[in-house]
Amino acid sequence: MSIILDKVNFTYSPGNAYEKHAIRDISLKINDGQFIGIIGHTGSGKSTLIQHLNGLVRAQSGAIYYNGEDIYDRDYDMKKLRQKVGLVFQYPEHQLFETTIFKDVCFGPQNQGLEPKEAELRAFSALRTVGLPEKLWYQSPFELSGGQKRRVAIAGVLAMEPEVMILDEPTAGLDPRGRDEILEQLARMHRELKITIILVSHSMEDVANYVERLIVMNQGQVMLDGTPRQVFAYYRELEAVGLSAPQVTYLMHELRQKGLAVDADATTLEEAKASILRALKERR
Amino acid sequence: MKFIEARKLVHEYIRRDEEGNVESIQTALDQVDLEIEEGEFVAVLGHNGSGKSTFAKHLNVLLSPTEGSLWVDGKDVNDADKLWEIRKTAGMVFQNPDNQIVASVVEEDVGFGPENIGVPTREIWERVDQSLRDVGMTEYRSHSPNKLSGGQKQRVAIAGVMAMEPRCIILDEPTAMLDPHGRREVLEAARRLNQEKGVTLIWITHYMEEVVHADRVYVMDSGSVVLKGTPREIFSQVDTLKKYRLDVPQMTLLAHELRQAGVGIPAGILTRQELVEALCRSGLEERGGGGYAGVGRE
Amino acid sequence: MLREITLGQYYPSDSVIHRLDPRVKLFGTLLYVISLFTFRNVVGFAIATVFLAAMIAISRVPFGFMVKGLRMIVIVLLITALFNLFLTPGKLVVEFWIFHITEEGIASAVKMAVRLIYLILGTSLMTLTTTPNQLTDGMEKALGFLRFLKVPVHEIAMMMSIALRFIPILVEETDKIMKAQIARGADFETGNIFKKAKAMVPLLVPLFISAFRRANDLALAMEARCYHGGEGRTKMKPLRYQKRDAAAYGVVIVYFALLIVVRIWL
Repeated sequence: MSIILDKVNFTYSPGNAYEKHAIRDISLKINDGQFIGIIGHTGSGKSTLIQHLNGLVRAQSGAIYYNGEDIYDRDYDMKKLRQKVGLVFQYPEHQLFETTIFKDVCFGPQNQGLEPKEAELRAFSALRTVGLPEKLWYQSPFELSGGQKRRVAIAGVLAMEPEVMILDEPTAGLDPRGRDEILEQLARMHRELKITIILVSHSMEDVANYVERLIVMNQGQVMLDGTPRQVFAYYRELEAVGLSAPQVTYLMHELRQKGLAVDADATTLEEAKASILRALKERR
Repeated sequence: MKFIEARKLVHEYIRRDEEGNVESIQTALDQVDLEIEEGEFVAVLGHNGSGKSTFAKHLNVLLSPTEGSLWVDGKDVNDADKLWEIRKTAGMVFQNPDNQIVASVVEEDVGFGPENIGVPTREIWERVDQSLRDVGMTEYRSHSPNKLSGGQKQRVAIAGVMAMEPRCIILDEPTAMLDPHGRREVLEAARRLNQEKGVTLIWITHYMEEVVHADRVYVMDSGSVVLKGTPREIFSQVDTLKKYRLDVPQMTLLAHELRQAGVGIPAGILTRQELVEALCRSGLEERGGGGYAGVGRE
Repeated sequence: MLREITLGQYYPSDSVIHRLDPRVKLFGTLLYVISLFTFRNVVGFAIATVFLAAMIAISRVPFGFMVKGLRMIVIVLLITALFNLFLTPGKLVVEFWIFHITEEGIASAVKMAVRLIYLILGTSLMTLTTTPNQLTDGMEKALGFLRFLKVPVHEIAMMMSIALRFIPILVEETDKIMKAQIARGADFETGNIFKKAKAMVPLLVPLFISAFRRANDLALAMEARCYHGGEGRTKMKPLRYQKRDAAAYGVVIVYFALLIVVRIWL
């Protein structure tokens, strides 16, 4: 089970003044059950890339295979693909429309053609999974806080029981607690439901703590691809394209330059702390 | 009297049903006391729903106090005659960059404020030129705002406020919808205005790393001011900040945890450079020596 | 697809046409539109073509960019042309089943198509060279006399310019909402008209909520910037006629007079 992209190209408004290469020659393999972060500037092509994965945007050249099947094949069931690869967009306001939260979460499963009873069961378990308090379920989704709306939006896609879940900037505009809660939630979903999660973000610190693989996009191309440790080792290259590694990475490099024998590859706060304590002990 | 002074400021959002009966009362501001000097860069921190935006809207009289008083440049916000003067003195930049740009061309939008207050045409042009230069957007003056990035749009919004020649700018979560690059861009533009033009800056945010350069910080929680002080004083209270659902910058947090593990570095570390220097000087189990004492609590 | 509508968009450039007073352009467009329905022969058609081509050339708006706006109109155009083609009586050219194509039919279909294309090109040239604000300013000033009849001219003009500013934003938002709902399995394409209408609910509800929210935000932002209606307001770009505007009036009137002359004497 995997998603494979083979030399995928996409250009907006080809052939006129507003022509813009969104992504070029992207080849990627996304394995089952990975927790992946995609990082890049606004305009780096990351949003366009993820919209290819569930067929919302059709590549002008190249091929995409989902579980070995060509999604551009004439007989391929695009609706099925969209159910298998769930996509949660940045603004929950763009998808919430029903009178109650519960009904809104039922929308996806109903579109799959499930019986009302089955759809409700799905909604029930999805809302449970995202941890929205039950007393809110029959309220209007428009009165929720930003973080709660985001949860409902995630539940709305989760209820379709996707195998892959893509989230575009799920933490944008949330306060720190809201952000941590959502990220924890996703990590738990990844652990317990064993689904592939792809997280699009522009915050290095956010993703460094959670993902096992990091894809850095720049000018429509994959610039770096590896574990956070491997990627952040190229912090100078990241800097050159206006992205930055987590503060910890810089700190560790600067400490090494000053002669403190710390582990330069540390990317999270815990790793840094442990490594600094070790180095200080050795120095004494 | 200070440039801006709030005394026991209370604001309640009252919801009424169709017959006009009170359905619920939500206290958004609860006895807020606050002072701001002219020319300062003051940050107001708080998580979503802490009352910080409600407070900001009072400074521009978009909301009026339920109780208590607030003076902006000596003018009482409860005095209806002073409304337009206060709005001229204290300009406001909002969170959503799209929803505050009125015109379809950058320079026309910057001219919108001066037009409203009846500035003569020739002077409008001078002000527009100057304000666009101040925020570094001159080259985009004839562009459509729709083609700009979020950070650029916010700089246009700041220019639009600057063109009214306010003495104070209130920025209500101006970076919440921007990417890191845009956030830096807007913060730098605003700080430059503060340093070069002496404009009082009131920066409302929940991002802690944006307040590192502020002169003073107010932390709000459930409608009250719960902490105030210099960034260093505030940042040295990591546990308290966490309690108020705020995010401590990674370097401050790391320094705090190292300190708790017995590393002898001072409290209230703000930047990476500070931490590097502190660590190079320090060792294990040689606590103390912190020159950064003095914490203002309310 | 929605993105490709050029009608009502502004194309920034620094041509003479861009700098003309919007009132001249409004008046000129009005006369031009009337003129399209005056000519009956090739001479009139040639004059209109030269006039339009000259204006487009002077405006420095790429022709390709303008033509894109036409695509939407093509369907309307085809229908009108077909009506003219089949329903005009006259000398038979081709006949099959119940359709009769006549010489007059072909002529009038071509004329109609040309007129419509010229109409669209001419009016879109106006919107492409005039910012929405200038346009509304022009209307505000040109229709200023209506104020004495208690028509809120300034407020209407302000509403129009705000609407024009937010149309592209809402179009883009519609696109995003559609994608978000398609990702949840929504189907906007198949089914009969009732099913389609029902399918619009998940699109329209978020769109309306967003539009109201934006309106609310914008009202606050305008108030914060001391907006209080048209009273005591000055203008950054007040409309004052320049020499070139007088010249432009001259050109437009000469063009119109020429077509009238052609119609009467040729």
